[in-house]
Amino acid sequence: MEPVLEVVDLKKWFPGVKANDGVNLTVRAGEVHAILGENGAGKSTLMKVIYGLLEPTAGEIRLFGQPVHFRSPRDAILAGIGMVHQHFMLIPALTVAENVVLGDEPGGVRFDRRQAVQRVRELSERYRLAIDPNAKVGDLTVGLQQRVEILKAFYRKARVLILDEPTALLTPQETRELFNIIRTLKAEGTPVIFISHKLDEVLEISDRVTVMRAGKTVETIDTKGATPQTLANLMVGREVVLRVEKPPAKAGSPALEVRGLRVRSADRHERVKGVDLTVRRGEILGIAGIDGNGQFELADAIAGLLRAEEGQIVLDGRDITHLSPAERTQLGIAYVPQDRQLDGLILAFDLADNVILRDFRRPPFSRRGILNRRAAEAYAKRLIEAFDVRPPDFRRKASELSGGNQQKVILAREVSRDPLVLIAAQPTRGLDVGAIEGVHRQLVRLRNEGKAVLLISLELDEILSLSDRIAVMHDGEIVGVLDGAEATREQLGLMMTGQRAKEGTV
Amino acid sequence: MVFSNPEIWALTLSMAIPLALPAVGGTFSERTGVVNIAMEGIMLIGAFFGVAFSYWTGNAWVGLLAAIVCGALTALALAWGAIHVSADQTVLGMGINIFAAGLTTFLLNTLFGYSGTPVNTPKLPTLSIPGLDHIPYIGIVFQNQSVLVYIGIVLIFLSHWFLFSTRLGLRMRSVGENPLAADTLGIPVWRLRYLGVVLSGIFSAIGGAYLSIGILNGFTSNMTSGRGYIALAAMIFGKWTPLGSFGAALIFGFSTALGIVLQGHGVSSNLLQMIPYALTILALTGLIGRSTPPAADGIPYEPRR
Ligand SMILES: Nc1ncnc2c1ncn2[C@@H]1O[C@H](COP(=O)(O)OP(=O)(O)OP(=O)(O)O)[C@@H](O)[C@H]1O
Ligand SMILES: [Mg+2]
Repeated sequence: MEPVLEVVDLKKWFPGVKANDGVNLTVRAGEVHAILGENGAGKSTLMKVIYGLLEPTAGEIRLFGQPVHFRSPRDAILAGIGMVHQHFMLIPALTVAENVVLGDEPGGVRFDRRQAVQRVRELSERYRLAIDPNAKVGDLTVGLQQRVEILKAFYRKARVLILDEPTALLTPQETRELFNIIRTLKAEGTPVIFISHKLDEVLEISDRVTVMRAGKTVETIDTKGATPQTLANLMVGREVVLRVEKPPAKAGSPALEVRGLRVRSADRHERVKGVDLTVRRGEILGIAGIDGNGQFELADAIAGLLRAEEGQIVLDGRDITHLSPAERTQLGIAYVPQDRQLDGLILAFDLADNVILRDFRRPPFSRRGILNRRAAEAYAKRLIEAFDVRPPDFRRKASELSGGNQQKVILAREVSRDPLVLIAAQPTRGLDVGAIEGVHRQLVRLRNEGKAVLLISLELDEILSLSDRIAVMHDGEIVGVLDGAEATREQLGLMMTGQRAKEGTV
Repeated sequence: MVFSNPEIWALTLSMAIPLALPAVGGTFSERTGVVNIAMEGIMLIGAFFGVAFSYWTGNAWVGLLAAIVCGALTALALAWGAIHVSADQTVLGMGINIFAAGLTTFLLNTLFGYSGTPVNTPKLPTLSIPGLDHIPYIGIVFQNQSVLVYIGIVLIFLSHWFLFSTRLGLRMRSVGENPLAADTLGIPVWRLRYLGVVLSGIFSAIGGAYLSIGILNGFTSNMTSGRGYIALAAMIFGKWTPLGSFGAALIFGFSTALGIVLQGHGVSSNLLQMIPYALTILALTGLIGRSTPPAADGIPYEPRR
């Protein structure tokens, strides 16, 4: 098969970082080509260069055999490249139709809204991507927003489609629908570049896999015959342990107790409807549930970011229901929030400032209200080393880190505070397998040291492999608590749809 | 009663126009993502050069044209600072206001001396719409209004149509909401921001010229007396839309007109002058229909290549 897109010895250097440093890639017609690589390996950078958002430092890109030089995304779009970005590029205030046609609108001087709606409707029928063209994008779920992004690419008649971590935010159902779309495209001969950290997805959907490490492409292999283990090893460059090893739990006295808790989310809906929960010292309690069933509001409430309407939160025997987040922090609650860019970091601050966000009020980081920058830097250096944050430079702004490395910084800050209770919400979202292994090891280490860990995750595998006990949440209530060693996927899946546990709860 | 007196409605309209025009201008600028608080200064520039050129050429229309050109040039300076240099837009705007106040006063004194602009400076014509004057009420509202009132009303409706019904308008709004997204679709972010800011300069300058060669035929130091800031309030109260701004300007114009009519009736005009600001604060806090600015308003965009 003839190559559609070729990347030859491409380099993209940022000041101090060689994000791409010798990339070679060949994408053939009608193939799904997966790109695998650790966080910060340079995948998104490569795609942005192909899409004309970044100018390459050196190297060549060929499309259908012709060398191309894109000065802006406009050129790339015209040449037939479509891209769904890792962080969506949508305008929430505009409608679906407006977002789709923007930049290439029907009409003369006037914007022909009717025709825009009509064309979006046709496209959505042709690719079976049901969506209301007149809905405001800001009101849509993440899954639907992604459809808008894909429709944008189709509308511009993309001949190559780039999907940068399209499944990171999707539910399993939405992922399945996305895969169907990818298969349709493939049947039509349109190649798809697919980036994901989830090895099983890569194995399911792709024909070939190119592995990137530290800005270089290492190898391209056929997906057929590969296993999660071989892919993981290729990616990290060493033997990776995909399953966590942990000694039996030695659960002690209750560290965190939640009683009859009711919480409303920011939009005033009641999301937690009377939850009772106990997390003991030395155990990991996992909370399983489908997104939107109140688990993240529960976490926010325990951390003090949402007010408890009713009920009690008790930390180590002390009622903390009405304490501020800062007071709870001091008493030993650590929190890895779900949205790392919004709640976890201050993107415009550098790493040294970010790692002391929780503790800047006390020595050695400040004395009598004056910050001690040197202490922060020394501390940051230590954490960056211990958690393998890349690039290892505390002067770098958090916004310049890849998603996975941002998460490592948050985790490093929270875990190193030596908390009594760690609440981890989706701690491995968007992380590569190597980094996931690292995070899991940290969680287990805390537990072994006798700390309590409350793990909230949408990934059943993660819940199953880490938890000593599993509480299943549905519609704001705990429908049952299972023993971690005995629970099965099927059992959890059923309970997550609201069916109560049949046998006695643990 | 005051309300049955059609004079007050005529006065309302004529007081609303010099608020509505800069408010619509500000809307253009902020819809593309550039905070513009320089309407006051640009109005002064427009007012002064309108009079100056009207006197020098003996033609008020040339004066209006000169006002527009000078307003556009001032806006261009603001645009360059805000877009190319990513300077703080509030500081820039304030700088222009102070500069314009100083410059126009200085030029007034050096060019025309301390007696002010000559009394024989031509002004723009007034117009009564034929046919309308037979209708009670409406007739009087539209009697002997400056021609700029009619031009202004047409411009405001055109602006609304332009911003919400044309392709260019859609693109301008997208740039003020999420410039990065617009950039990924090949939309020239900087160029559209320049367009928005320059349009704001043109509208503000016409608003200023309306005061100096529309209603009067002369310029006095700081004659805009804060209308540029009330226009800012009208823009916000009008939810960053031209028609909304016009509506807000009418309400504010009415409170001014009321102040004039009720003079000597024991109602404090200072209290009435508070109304625009009080209403704007209420709108911003969401007490009467929440008003949210464009998402990227005031945030410079630097493409990284
Ligand atoms: N604009 C930028 N300025 C400086 N450095 C950057 C910039 N963008 C990316 N980098 C750096 O380039 C490297 C590659 O980042 P990139 O986002 O391509 O990684 P990635 O493979 O997509 O990772 P992830 O899987 O976490 O999304 C990282 O070290 C990152 O910190
Ligand atoms: Mg990436």
